[in-house]
Amino acid sequence: MSSTAIQIISRSKYYNWLVKNLFSSWVNTILTVIALIFVYQVGSFFLNWAIFDADFRYNFQGELIIDRGFCSKNIMPGEYGACWAIIFARWNQFMYGLYPIEEAWRVNLIYALLPLAIIGILFDKIPFRRYFIYFTFIFPFLAYFMLYGGPGLSVVGTNKWGGLLVTLFLGVTGIGLAFPLSILLALGRRSKMPIIKSLCVVFIEFIRGVPLITLLFTANVMLPLFLPDGVNPDNLLRALVAVTLFQSAYMAEAIRGGLQAIPRGQVEAAQSLGLSYWQTTRKIVLPQALKIAIPPIVNTCIGLFKDTSLVLIIGLFDLLGIGRAALADMTWTKLYYEVYVFISLVFFIFCFGMSRYSLYLEKKLKTDNS
Amino acid sequence: MSTDQVIHLEKVNKWYDDFHVLKDIDLIVNKGQKIVICGPSGSGKSTMIRCINRLEAHQKGTIVVHGTELTNDLKNIDLIRKNVGMVFQQFNLFPHLSVLDNISLAPIWVKKMPKNEAEDIAMSYLEKVKIPEQAQKFPGQLSGGQQQRVAIARSLAMNPDIMLFDEPTSALDPEMIKEVLDVMIQLAEEGMTMLVVTHEMGFAKTVADQMIFMDEGRIVEQASPDEFFNNPKSDRTKLFLSQILNH
Repeated sequence: MSSTAIQIISRSKYYNWLVKNLFSSWVNTILTVIALIFVYQVGSFFLNWAIFDADFRYNFQGELIIDRGFCSKNIMPGEYGACWAIIFARWNQFMYGLYPIEEAWRVNLIYALLPLAIIGILFDKIPFRRYFIYFTFIFPFLAYFMLYGGPGLSVVGTNKWGGLLVTLFLGVTGIGLAFPLSILLALGRRSKMPIIKSLCVVFIEFIRGVPLITLLFTANVMLPLFLPDGVNPDNLLRALVAVTLFQSAYMAEAIRGGLQAIPRGQVEAAQSLGLSYWQTTRKIVLPQALKIAIPPIVNTCIGLFKDTSLVLIIGLFDLLGIGRAALADMTWTKLYYEVYVFISLVFFIFCFGMSRYSLYLEKKLKTDNS
Repeated sequence: MSTDQVIHLEKVNKWYDDFHVLKDIDLIVNKGQKIVICGPSGSGKSTMIRCINRLEAHQKGTIVVHGTELTNDLKNIDLIRKNVGMVFQQFNLFPHLSVLDNISLAPIWVKKMPKNEAEDIAMSYLEKVKIPEQAQKFPGQLSGGQQQRVAIARSLAMNPDIMLFDEPTSALDPEMIKEVLDVMIQLAEEGMTMLVVTHEMGFAKTVADQMIFMDEGRIVEQASPDEFFNNPKSDRTKLFLSQILNH
């Protein structure tokens, strides 16, 4: 067959697809046209605003933008789009908060190592996975040392942390700490021991019945009451406690769903072989239950990651908090769209990543014969 | 006589809420004995053997296995489970583990055996049930008959001296029943103490040295196979036998 013949066939394949899916009837054709017009209008408006008519660091006269007065759209209203200069000007704050800029390399190092720390958990068929997993367990200590400081490194108090650093810290640490806790809660809720069972049920239902904001306020105000005098955990730690408890309750319910899907016969077979409760749980029940529960678990993680932005109400400057601080600055005020679009984009990148990962896993688990 | 006695049930009673499943069960099993238990569904035969390794707890009476009485004491339960193997109707293989891992799991974790030693033992039992070539596969890739043979090998790998079979062939397609029964017959010939809940009367005639018929939670008849099949005493047994033998 000549190459033109192949081209014709493949062209007709697309043609057929178009006819079948977009122009199969008059109604369908009209809807397709309306939808295309709509997409074109919204898309072109957004792209013009965000990219083609936008300022980045320099305005249309080629001047470096140092405050909102230099934005092209403020010089020639109606002619120009977004003024991203605010993001550039505040970039360090968005990334590190008030972290001393000469120490920012420490944060950058941890940002760079974070993917290495989680890749071993996310994918099971990578080379040297075992070493990645070792690194996963070392990473929290390394991150604590690098970010907070200690021998050989100057101490940077968490009150100086902010922006993406706080968002990632709360999201990743919250999820990481909530995971083991949620397994215990889910197992406890299915336990035959009445006291443990009711404790877990009460905890889970209480946390799920309370908004995260309330928990954050509670942790902020009440945590010091439970601790001995003189121990005064900082705000970030209080928020972390609230976020962890919140996440563990939701994750526990996702895991419980997985546990319920394991046939009783699995446990009976393990018991009849003489395996103890913990051996049965670790070797037989959890590997199967967690596999089933991964999509809902990832779902709760996405939810939590976005919810971390609520910490701005207890005075922490996460991404959103930094954005609002930037907007409160007289030099940059009123550039709302730029700031919120940028923050949305950052959140979207992380959440979309988690969402795709969940889909990848679902597909993988479907084809796995094991 | 009493030294040979490996299982002793005395006046065992069990209830599921209000439902009286086991009523005053008395049973003595001697070392090397093969006992086949039959009866209509709901008669309590599965429940009875599941009480012997405490998958179900009885509420009244005593169960003694190898001189150890089954109580709530977890140590006793563990001790008994190590010596009593069980094969289930639904195989209950662990789907996330390979065949080899299914079998070597308990020796490694319960008997604390080194991994390679446990895998050698696993392979030897796979050869015994005649499917060594399936060692690296996962349970989902095997036929029902093969899965049940793996399940038998998995139990045997713990080197039990009593084996409980809970309707081992009921979930199998007819052409796979024989391969499983052959393994069980071989096991019987080697002198294993066996309690088998089954409706495979051909198998019963070949290996059983005691037949038990249960109905409504009671042992209605207990006799040698010869007497049980040719000269059953109770009318209920006669009716049951006529139903399953002449279908």
